[in-house]
Amino acid sequence: MRNYEVTFIVDPVLSGDEIKKTAQAYNDMLVKEGCSITHVEDLGLRQLAYPINKKSSGIYYCIEFQSETGAFVSQIELAFRRDERIMRFLSVKLDKYGVKYNKDKRDGKIGKSRKTVERDKEKEKEELKSTSVPRKSAPAASAAPEKKAAPVTAPTPEPVKAESPAPEAVKAEAPAATPAPAAAVETPAAETDVKETVTVKASGDTVDLTKIEGIGPKAAEALVAAGIVSYTHLKLKSADDIKAILDKADGNFGMMDPTTWPEQASYAANGDWDALKKWQDELDGGKVVSSEEE
Amino acid sequence: MASRDDIKFLSNPNIGGAAKKYCRFRKFGIKHIDYKDPDFLLQFVNEQGKLLPRRITGNSLKYQKKVAVAVKRARHLAMMPYVTDLLK
Repeated sequence: MRNYEVTFIVDPVLSGDEIKKTAQAYNDMLVKEGCSITHVEDLGLRQLAYPINKKSSGIYYCIEFQSETGAFVSQIELAFRRDERIMRFLSVKLDKYGVKYNKDKRDGKIGKSRKTVERDKEKEKEELKSTSVPRKSAPAASAAPEKKAAPVTAPTPEPVKAESPAPEAVKAEAPAATPAPAAAVETPAAETDVKETVTVKASGDTVDLTKIEGIGPKAAEALVAAGIVSYTHLKLKSADDIKAILDKADGNFGMMDPTTWPEQASYAANGDWDALKKWQDELDGGKVVSSEEE
Repeated sequence: MASRDDIKFLSNPNIGGAAKKYCRFRKFGIKHIDYKDPDFLLQFVNEQGKLLPRRITGNSLKYQKKVAVAVKRARHLAMMPYVTDLLK
């Protein structure tokens, strides 16, 4: 099975219908010959880098297809040459890397960093797992996952793949407790925890702790060194813990008052940037302003 | 002829050590170069639209050839110019 890709430029002065008909005609020609069409893409009207036949723009189409033998390609090319509506064409035989590239492009994976792609893959798998389980957590279960780094072993009836993200050190609090069915308490909690963990990782990954008002670059460094790398970490610490960390670290942190930091962090961890910003406007350097001081 | 020791430079010639050049395709595992993506291909072409040499772009031979093929295909499809000014 050979994979080919043919790109052609259609005259733009034709009416929209005629252009579509032209592209459709070649599509049908391929199908008639027994080639399976993988994808037809309309790249749309584009400016040409140089004038062709005195025209400066054209409609680009790209058809990717499979064929047992390459016999038909020369016939298509002949048809392109004869057709006056086609300004240029190019047919290319795709190797396996080209096929994979095109497939990834259609899936939207090109242009994203590897991490985002992996993260999306994991998210998809989680969603597949948790669609069959009601996504509610029991109040009892929400108290449990306060501890960090507890790998989630989900002994569930469904076929859960054994790749619950154990290596993740971050454990989020379970979402606000909603009345849950007594049965299957562990499972939905586990699922949602895992899902929460995944989403937390997504939002808290490239974290800039200096977004919290009151945390500057030096303070952020000190926190990171102590192991607080995400908003969720910060949210789970108490103000006294943070003060202790700051005292232990080098630097002039006496001025800092971290009382509001965990709260700010909880907004940030949820991605609630609007609420955070509003509150930060009220805060002054991360401290709550009392009315007497004004 | 002065020996190497006698030649003194006014500033250390190793200053501003050149960043190690590497082939970005081999480093990041990119196997296919799409000719339909002129924005990406502009990296390998100078302001006049001419292909840049390998010693400038840092590509390995295999991928420099693929880049060249892709640029030439893009030129045929009028996605990139053959020659121009002020391309970038």
